[in-house]
Amino acid sequence: MGNFAYFPHTEDDIRVMLERIGARSLDELYSDVPADFIYNKEYDLPDALSEQEVRDFFEKLGKENTQLKVFAGQGAYDHYVPSVIPYITSRSEFLTAYTPYQCEISQGTLRYIFEWQSMICRLTGMDVSNASMYDGPSAAAEALRMAVACTRKRNKVVVSTKLMQNVLDVVKSYLKYPDIEVVYAWDVLEELGPDVAGVIVPSICRHGIIQDLSGMADAVHAAGALLIEYCDPSALAVLKTPAEWGADIAVGDGQSLGIPLCYGGPYVGFLACKSEYMRKLPGRIVGQANDADGKRCFVLTLQAREQHIRREKATSNICSNQSLMALWVTVYLSLMGPEGLRKVNELSCAGAHYLYDELLKTGRFEEAFPGRPFLKEFCLKSLVPVDVLQQKLLDAGFFGALELDGYVTFCVTERRTKEEIDALVGVIKEIAL
Amino acid sequence: MRYYDKLIFELSHPGRTGFSLPASFDASARTNLCSPKKRLAVASSVSDAVPTKLLRESALDLPEVSEVDVVRHYTNLSQMNFGVDTGFYPLGSCTMKYNPKINEEIASHPLFSGLHPLQPAATVKGAQAVIDGLDAALAAITGMKHFTFLPCAGAHGELTGLMLMREYHMARNDAARTKVIVPDSAHGTNPASAAVCGLQIVEVKSGADGLVDVESLKPLLGPDIAGIMMTNPNTLGLFERQIGEIAKLVHDCGGLLYYDGANMNPLLGKVRPGDMGFDIMHLNLHKTFSTPHGGGGPGSGPVGVGERVLPYLREPRTSGFHGNFGVMLRAYAYILMLGKQNVKMAGPLATLSANYIKESLKDCYKLPIPSICKHEFVFDGLINDGACEGKAGATTLDVAKRLLDYGFHAPTIYFPLLFHQALMIEPTETESLETLDEFIAVMKKIAAEAAEDPDILHRAPHNAPIGRPDETAAARNPILKA
Repeated sequence: MGNFAYFPHTEDDIRVMLERIGARSLDELYSDVPADFIYNKEYDLPDALSEQEVRDFFEKLGKENTQLKVFAGQGAYDHYVPSVIPYITSRSEFLTAYTPYQCEISQGTLRYIFEWQSMICRLTGMDVSNASMYDGPSAAAEALRMAVACTRKRNKVVVSTKLMQNVLDVVKSYLKYPDIEVVYAWDVLEELGPDVAGVIVPSICRHGIIQDLSGMADAVHAAGALLIEYCDPSALAVLKTPAEWGADIAVGDGQSLGIPLCYGGPYVGFLACKSEYMRKLPGRIVGQANDADGKRCFVLTLQAREQHIRREKATSNICSNQSLMALWVTVYLSLMGPEGLRKVNELSCAGAHYLYDELLKTGRFEEAFPGRPFLKEFCLKSLVPVDVLQQKLLDAGFFGALELDGYVTFCVTERRTKEEIDALVGVIKEIAL
Repeated sequence: MRYYDKLIFELSHPGRTGFSLPASFDASARTNLCSPKKRLAVASSVSDAVPTKLLRESALDLPEVSEVDVVRHYTNLSQMNFGVDTGFYPLGSCTMKYNPKINEEIASHPLFSGLHPLQPAATVKGAQAVIDGLDAALAAITGMKHFTFLPCAGAHGELTGLMLMREYHMARNDAARTKVIVPDSAHGTNPASAAVCGLQIVEVKSGADGLVDVESLKPLLGPDIAGIMMTNPNTLGLFERQIGEIAKLVHDCGGLLYYDGANMNPLLGKVRPGDMGFDIMHLNLHKTFSTPHGGGGPGSGPVGVGERVLPYLREPRTSGFHGNFGVMLRAYAYILMLGKQNVKMAGPLATLSANYIKESLKDCYKLPIPSICKHEFVFDGLINDGACEGKAGATTLDVAKRLLDYGFHAPTIYFPLLFHQALMIEPTETESLETLDEFIAVMKKIAAEAAEDPDILHRAPHNAPIGRPDETAAARNPILKA
């Protein structure tokens, strides 16, 4: 022993410790395990690597990926990541801490979660936010369960098929087995009825169109149900907020707030609501408190909702959150401020509309939804075979033109320059009609 | 640690900025700002592109701060936090082992971090190799066939695993199986996950030895049982030695066995859940496989299955893309460092450390179950809590708070619920004998302080950034945002 960097035990240490325990060998510590279950064979694992070999291994694997200029969204957006964020989030006091159970030595974590909750409320216009969820799609599923818990004797939810596919997929899995009836509808208002607990709609649909939700909240409330809005939090700097539309619960994915694409995760979900539903919120919540000397401090609060207290009667089974990713977003929003986040939208919007016009000019596309407003993501009808289109783009180092419902989608963030957009359009111009 | 009282909003100064973005998406426009001809003839602003009635009405009240304000603020916050890198963190059931730094380097590698989750397979061969390699390694370590990596945490894994259990029964037209057996010592997430999956919970009692009582289990088994959720070793740190018989009984009644991998660490390199008869399990990569806990996430809770459940593995979609890929990279790096050679020592050294602390402190703290433990064990408070006439004794909470004064994180307290003063200690295999001895010495000192004057403990912590907060007041009048 003593030759593996993560195990500090020397042979002498092990001997001393075994003596204290009164055991003759490490094997004896497993004398309570039936012999049949002790795995005495060699594990089918690679030989141990040194750190430099591990680094080389991943370098080699990394090069087997193709690095592409991203012109795609569908729930994962290539926004710029300021250098300050990884610098702060890699501080080991944040990174290597557990859930802040001992609040006296966890004020750092508790404070940034309180700031996250505050920022999510300011973005969405909601009154209360939890400490974060795994991702947007699972937060949407939790919000629907919450709507059922908030309304009496109603166990049906209506899910807009305008939501992105991964949100629909996760909602479908989450609600398959509990006693909740799920109805999927393009026009959710047609499905309202006395047994409907909640309705979930996107603020920007899967085709990129910004939704006009006028009258939606009134109709949903008149039917006695809760309105849940799924939103892109980055776009909330410029778009009408869930509160302004009259929604009761706002959910979405914080990835668009400066979190790297990282092949789909870790991202971070948010779930915020009007104050009357506070005690039905799933997950951790941080609240302000005072210590005996009157010092302002922060604690995990309203824990009577949670699984470690309520077990099967808890509002959810969620135990952790995505704390470090909540810090990631909190630092991002601190850096951006209202002006920076607005600018991100302006740049993305300008680039996306430029691409939209230039693609139409190539004669290889037709408008899919003429006159419908979009920000950074849009659909077109392709007049050239989609597989050819996609392959030409990949060959030129671009990822875009995802196939969706018979259309192709593109997305432009502030990361994309005019030169890149022109180059992409140039590739498409060369495709034969 | 130093108390620092600011919130980022309180540093805000209108007009200050911490961002740096291009002036325009068109770099050529920047050098020709004065030339109107160069302007693009497209909807170049949000207000042109989007009708007013769809635009935000209220001002967005985010902080306006410079970059240095942000860096100092969060650096100050970090200095009120305790992590594994700060010191010993014997938090039971949480496996706070050292988080190797090479893991972090790999996880932030730009050749992986820039990949879009919907990129076609031919462009993500390296990422797929990571997923496949980790799958194969976890299968070898656990004896399961394959894993899904969609779950982002342990509880998320439990939910996904229970969905798989239901898929299995439904596929066999065995829809009556809607009950799941959960021991009374189980983590709170077990019954909560079962409830979210629409299952009814049937509790099975532990015997005096802290183990699931097989005789109590037998009458619960029947055609309505979907399966049993077991944690082995259980939350008392005890190996459920009758697992072979339990597996046979549950399988014979048509149910499946779910393994809660929160306590997998002592079995790492020693015992495989698949060999014990488990059909479905989750692992916590942030516990057993050394990825950092991040103050409560992101974790990763991959779910593995045996032969019976394998056909349904891809059915539940419990997260949006491929799970927490960044966490998977870290865990894979750790496993490659362990290799087939070092893995054999991981569990045994964790078990050695736990038993060493247990034997060293059992004269000061009540040890309700004296048998050999695995990676963790539970004391039931102080033997002499110092209670005397007119003075309350020191509780487990007091001991926990006093530990903070001495530079240690506290153990898990008041869990499991089987004991009133539970103090659950898990040292892991990454702590040296010197660290364990320091902890033992401090625990003895605290016991002596309690015997002498429990008020010292009642008032602890004495030198943390804050004293104990009034949590009751905080819950009664919740202030949840600034």
